Amino acid sequence: FSPLMSVVRHSVVTLPTPVNISTWWNFGSLLGVCLAIQIFSGLVLSLHFTAHTDLSFYVVIQSFGDVYYNWWFRALHANGASFFFIGLYLHIARGMYYGSYVFKEVWSVGVVILLLVMASAFLGYVLPWGQMSFWGATVITSLFSALPVIGSDVVIWLWGGFSVDNATLTRFFGLHFLLPFTVAGLAGLHLFFLHDQGSSNPLGVSSDFNKVVFHHYYVLKDLVGACFFVGPLLALVYFNPWLLGDPENFIEGNPLVTPHHIQPEWYFLFAYAILRAVPNKLGGVVALGVAVLILLYMPFSPRTSIKGLSFYPWGKVMFFSLIGVFILLTWAGAKPVEEPYVVVSQVLSFLYFSYFLLIGPLTRIQDKLL
Amino acid sequence: MAGWTVGKKVLATALGMGATGGAGLYVALDESVKADLTLHPPKLPWSHKGPIDSFDHASIRRGYQVYKQVCAACHSLKYIPYRHFVDVFMTEDEAKEEAAEIMVRDGPNDIGEMFDRPGKLTDYLPMPFPNSAAAAYANNGAVPPDLSLMVLARHGGEDYLYHLLNGYCDPPEGVELGEGQHFNPYFPGGAIGMAPPLYTDIIEYEDGTPATQSQLAKDVITFLSWTAMPEHDERKKFGMKAMLVLIPFTALCYYKKRQYWSLLKSGKYVYNPKKY
Repeated sequence: FSPLMSVVRHSVVTLPTPVNISTWWNFGSLLGVCLAIQIFSGLVLSLHFTAHTDLSFYVVIQSFGDVYYNWWFRALHANGASFFFIGLYLHIARGMYYGSYVFKEVWSVGVVILLLVMASAFLGYVLPWGQMSFWGATVITSLFSALPVIGSDVVIWLWGGFSVDNATLTRFFGLHFLLPFTVAGLAGLHLFFLHDQGSSNPLGVSSDFNKVVFHHYYVLKDLVGACFFVGPLLALVYFNPWLLGDPENFIEGNPLVTPHHIQPEWYFLFAYAILRAVPNKLGGVVALGVAVLILLYMPFSPRTSIKGLSFYPWGKVMFFSLIGVFILLTWAGAKPVEEPYVVVSQVLSFLYFSYFLLIGPLTRIQDKLL
Repeated sequence: MAGWTVGKKVLATALGMGATGGAGLYVALDESVKADLTLHPPKLPWSHKGPIDSFDHASIRRGYQVYKQVCAACHSLKYIPYRHFVDVFMTEDEAKEEAAEIMVRDGPNDIGEMFDRPGKLTDYLPMPFPNSAAAAYANNGAVPPDLSLMVLARHGGEDYLYHLLNGYCDPPEGVELGEGQHFNPYFPGGAIGMAPPLYTDIIEYEDGTPATQSQLAKDVITFLSWTAMPEHDERKKFGMKAMLVLIPFTALCYYKKRQYWSLLKSGKYVYNPKKY
């Protein structure tokens, strides 16, 4: 065990860590906690789940009354997913604000983790086979038909048939089970690359002259962060477990009845708004993909003299405007496709993409002016 | 921004406030003119709504009586077995007696025949129609939905269902209803296939509670809340216990963290330039 314990020791005990990293640096460990919660609760749920279109909905509902504490695991898993995305978005926002993307390998692996977690969340939402599960699966898998030439064949291949049906559900279950372990492996790689260079810090300068050991300082700080993060999660689980959910998903999936408003969970609404903002199907799909993949561009954006936006006032204005745009896109994604929401989504989508393209040049201008 | 003139600061502040005010105005206007044309149900003070409020189990029992004598004619509760009643609003013997009132198709027996037998605790509440086609035929083309999860399956939950049951009225001028339809402003679209199901004294409660229309609605919806959330009471009880542990634990962790960090936080960096 000695080489393994040595790796663990160097990662969480004696790891030299900057003394001045703030609460925004807690989200890395919090995401690890979220992943552990999701894997643990998901494993328990899978013991009582049957992936079949005739049985899934029934089995999930029955488990509330018949399997001891299965309601707890389901509420924890469903709300844990929401908190996972809260942590992800705040973690990425920290990275964007403080210039963590200069760690190219860490950042790239992080974007891959984000994509896999999004995929995993989408696949998992289909499993209870409610109305929103079925129709969400139909809408999102149908997007692939926009691919030129091979589009319709790809969709049939994904579905395992000519519509979203049992074959789709069973493969989604298999993939949903597999992906989190891939994410766990990538998280290890993410940490490996990070520990190669060491954490950044809010000032954006080198922290090599002032570091402390990870244990006890950051073990305790991360523990406090976990308590403040898991507390609201458990409060939701116990006192209002379906607050963030959609009532439509308590109706069994029916291919003959389309819900009035098909929409994903809140954490995908910003991307959904961008998808629907483009009047062209392929254009919408490309915009959806680019909305997430544009993060990969950040390490290649023009570098500034000082890492991060702490000392760039107009950069800060742009960053917090992006936060506002993100929140408004989330709101717009829940609205029906009617005026004025269409125009609002289009304007917001333009502003969203503009940030990534303009932030580098704008901050470089400040460098030159000073 | 530290080097800005007063004028620039005032302008930036005004712009920020204007943007915030504009956003607020937009939200207010959006809220006032909803995209859908359905009347939204006002909130009601349900006795089980608070974070430490349990179900009113006497109300669940009365609600089951309302369901059985009024709603069960058309609506199923296919996810609810009789055994779930035990220790919630019936004793085991009462639940067995209740189950025994129905006849259930079972089999095959030793000679390979299907037979009917009295219900047991393990049986589910009976379906009023053999299939959805029969349900639609008997109800003017509309299939009465299963009620097991209805409280969770509709926006507004209990409030929506209560106002739906009590909100029937004459259609406004100009609204045309189809054959067999009724007007209800809370139902999406306004035209509902279900006739007003409840009216005062439609049933007589076992426990002598006056069976007013609002009482009937309140009880049946409390019952349906239980069918949708059978874990409700246990969940909140567990939650209170969890908070009783989590809050002091968080405080303790926070104290230890501050204690360990106090050495670093109270440190002072002094620059002593080298004297040549």
